Amino acid sequence: MTEYTATVTVRLKRGVLDPEAETTQRALERLGFDLDDLRSADRFEIDLDAASAEEAADRADEMAERLLANPTIHDYEVAVEDR
Amino acid sequence: MTVAVIQFGGSNCDRDSVRALSHLGIDAERVWYEDGLPDDATGVMLPGGFSYGDYLRAGAMAGRTPILASIREAAAEGLPVLGVCNGAQIGCEAGLTPGAFTVNRSARFQCERIHVRVENADTPWTAAYDEGAVLELPIAHGEGRFEADDDTYDRLVEEDRILLRYCDADGDVTDAANPNGSRDNVAGVLGSQETVAVMMPHPERATLPDLGGTDGTGLLRGFERTTTTV
Repeated sequence: MTEYTATVTVRLKRGVLDPEAETTQRALERLGFDLDDLRSADRFEIDLDAASAEEAADRADEMAERLLANPTIHDYEVAVEDR
Repeated sequence: MTVAVIQFGGSNCDRDSVRALSHLGIDAERVWYEDGLPDDATGVMLPGGFSYGDYLRAGAMAGRTPILASIREAAAEGLPVLGVCNGAQIGCEAGLTPGAFTVNRSARFQCERIHVRVENADTPWTAAYDEGAVLELPIAHGEGRFEADDDTYDRLVEEDRILLRYCDADGDVTDAANPNGSRDNVAGVLGSQETVAVMMPHPERATLPDLGGTDGTGLLRGFERTTTTV
């Protein structure tokens, strides 16, 4: 078994309104920053032991499917690295 | 008949729901989610509140508790289920109903009285009204914007499963009357069976005359029109 950290990034699908990101963008603009757009995402860092990086990715993928993301509004991606 | 009002940590409309149902002569009791679905339950109400502190997404945690699996099975056999506010979010997260309720267009918590139009009066929940009837109900939510992908939404419309839409006092469904940015003003939808419904407005807060309106009464009476035991 190897120790891995799986990173699951959950973001809204393109086209789904993100009022929190819009509010954040406006706040940045009020501070004088110039930006075209801002998107936010949730990032989950999951430490786990697995036989291989593939297995670690599979398990993290299932976690995203079953809880971390809502397929109606979210896309997600999984990245795995040694810990 | 006893309607089980499921209480999670963070639910806060469970007592109101029992009181409103009891006021209508509908036997109801609170059930702690860890105690499981009672065998003699003749209906389930998922009440409003902030289960699990709205962590991750409103309703995400509660929607995956074992009692929701039991409720899903019972619902498939015809047990009536009504999810209100956080209960609606839980219902969608649990897959009882399609779509999702997410952050309001305003990015703010909104607590106000709104109007909804009855889009389909041919369901247990809306049989007390005529199609097109306008109800005044309270909302109180930060994550009430209904979202569904195009295929899901088209199917809901085609199968007449849109229950309520936000409208103005005259019954016109306008963008100005949409409090939270919901897709096409959707405020409530049906599951795959008409005995399962979720909605963001609070009928239990529009049931006792002293609280300023009784337009929600007919929605709760849906429990009387569904005659099933599990």
